[in-house]
Amino acid sequence: MAIFLTENSKVIVQGMTGSEGMKHTARMLASGTNVVGGVNPKKAGTTVDFPEGKQVPVFGGVKEAMDATGADVTVIFVPAAFTKAAVVEAVDAGIPLAVVITEGVAVRDTAEFFNYSLGKGTRIIGPNCPGLISPGKSNAGIIPADITGPGRIGLVSKSGTLTYQMMFELNDFGFSTGVGIGGDPIIGTTHIDCLQAFQDDPDTDAIVMIGEIGGDAEERAAAYIKEHITKPVVGYVAGFTAPEGKTMGHAGAIVSGSSGTAQAKKEALEAAGVKVGKTPSETAALMREIMQGIAAK
Amino acid sequence: MDLYEYQARDLFEKHGVPVLGGAVATTPAEARAAAETIGAKSGGVTVVKAQVKTGGRGKAGGVKVAKSADEAEQYAEQILGMDIKGHTVKKVMIAQGAQIAEEYYFSLLLDRANRTYLALCSKEGGMDIETLAVERPEALARIPVDPNVGIDDAKAAEIIQAAGFPEADHAALANVLKQLWEVYHDEDATLVEVNPLVKTEDGQILALDGKVSIDDNSAFRHPEHAEFVDHSKTDPLEVLAIEKGLNYVKLDGNVGIIGNGAGLVMSTLDVVAYAGEEFTGGAAKPANFLDIGGGANAEVMADGLDVIFEDAQVKAVFVNVFGGITACDAVADGIVKAYDILASHGKDPKPLVVRLDGNNADLGRQILDEAKLPLLERVDTMDGAARRVAELAAAAN
Repeated sequence: MAIFLTENSKVIVQGMTGSEGMKHTARMLASGTNVVGGVNPKKAGTTVDFPEGKQVPVFGGVKEAMDATGADVTVIFVPAAFTKAAVVEAVDAGIPLAVVITEGVAVRDTAEFFNYSLGKGTRIIGPNCPGLISPGKSNAGIIPADITGPGRIGLVSKSGTLTYQMMFELNDFGFSTGVGIGGDPIIGTTHIDCLQAFQDDPDTDAIVMIGEIGGDAEERAAAYIKEHITKPVVGYVAGFTAPEGKTMGHAGAIVSGSSGTAQAKKEALEAAGVKVGKTPSETAALMREIMQGIAAK
Repeated sequence: MDLYEYQARDLFEKHGVPVLGGAVATTPAEARAAAETIGAKSGGVTVVKAQVKTGGRGKAGGVKVAKSADEAEQYAEQILGMDIKGHTVKKVMIAQGAQIAEEYYFSLLLDRANRTYLALCSKEGGMDIETLAVERPEALARIPVDPNVGIDDAKAAEIIQAAGFPEADHAALANVLKQLWEVYHDEDATLVEVNPLVKTEDGQILALDGKVSIDDNSAFRHPEHAEFVDHSKTDPLEVLAIEKGLNYVKLDGNVGIIGNGAGLVMSTLDVVAYAGEEFTGGAAKPANFLDIGGGANAEVMADGLDVIFEDAQVKAVFVNVFGGITACDAVADGIVKAYDILASHGKDPKPLVVRLDGNNADLGRQILDEAKLPLLERVDTMDGAARRVAELAAAAN
């Protein structure tokens, strides 16, 4: 098992024929992902060749691709100006999981497509995220597949490169699933969604949660952990030195007045019994101790 | 992007929100001319308001009621050039005077936690809303607004009722709220705040002071918003970085930072700050945030080093890259080429500590070792590299 994405997942790519879409579809295929189709109305009916003799058919729409292939995951690479339309199409087609990689999506568009999706059966991950990987099973997005292998740690993170860093540092243990939820002000899947899914996943023993300044998602996750999560959780928060009122790379990473600070997030997590590392390496070391303790039992 | 009050006022007017006459002035003479025109509608009375993107300007003496164009000119003279919380006043707005009977509060904003929009409304305006929210939360109505529906008649009625306005004002208020929704939606705002929203003695509802923030990611559908971009308050190094298309924030410190990915760079700043405190007694601090993105190619690396080397405060630089999509050998090649590019610009390098980890780390490290770049050291852990760069920066102080 894993969360959200398994060896049985059938993946389509909206925006596959663009340069980013082509590059990352090739990488997804190389890591064993079952990519069953691409979507581009202008190239419907054609087939795209990928390395090692792999061929992927292009469909005119998400519904058509799902009908033809049984796809249950879409990875969206279309430009920001067209992202909302792409997500709405995926939701209307009833796809269970839509992974939105595109960065720079206007927050109004995200607010609209997220609220539109509610109650319609589609989980959205992102936007502005690296996607998710269940190592050895499937990879939906841009996380480099070769930095870690399968294992029993679950990871949820607002940051892409910190995800890679953490998976790499703990690659001797490996991961059940790593989910990059993105650092935008509004995101489709939250820390809490992933924490609960990992709690319910019999193949996950412990969870790494990576947060950063801005909003109060980490504080809410901490409250949730206290109430609902019995598996060990290790945390990391980036942005202790970020000045007030400046956006640090991610659109959502901003300290406003006294709210959204790294210190407040760290304190909330610690109050919920989460061990919080001072640096990424220290965080990995905390998780290493937990996994060694579990292995010794 | 936060707008000035006069820009917010103009957007309100464009969308039919009732506002009073107002014009911006950058000199006392302009202020006088504006006061002569605008004051004609209000018995010669105008308000001279400092245009700064910070609160508390009233207390700082940045808002004055002028009874004549002469007075408006004098007040403009006083207010222009004034320093309000570190913001130098370069513009004033000359606003028409009003006979205020009551002051209210209204805002519409992004509710990150609930992933929707939120309307805040109170009959008690004019004061600091954060104080009101803490001291008398029952006086502040908080009503969620569905992004796909917005403020329609039903939603406006819900907000107005929740805030407890008398029946007689409902129609006029509903109209203003619907127009403010139009501003929020059509302009891709993340905040529209009116404080105060007023009722005048003759019963009109007016937006007297407005604050608007625009989503930077919406620029693709708003070419007209380019005029709001204002670098006059921006650090010159940040302007240089914007010209080069870099994601850079200037900080006050002596260790330049380059990394790939926003989260990793934020983390790098923290790790350098800890190392600076622990090993140099605070003599080393991060000088900037610079995310060169997942790609980390040679040109971007060179541009990044270029901006950081321009910072006279910087004594040492930490390049912290995790090779994921771009493997470490390509990043190492990028650093070597960046040195060539910088040398061709006649720039001398500063002490540089490089940490490369991730895909093809061994190959990348080998490339750096063989290149024997001047002043470059390689440390293979993030914490170790942070300590080393802090020591180098402290030693150079």
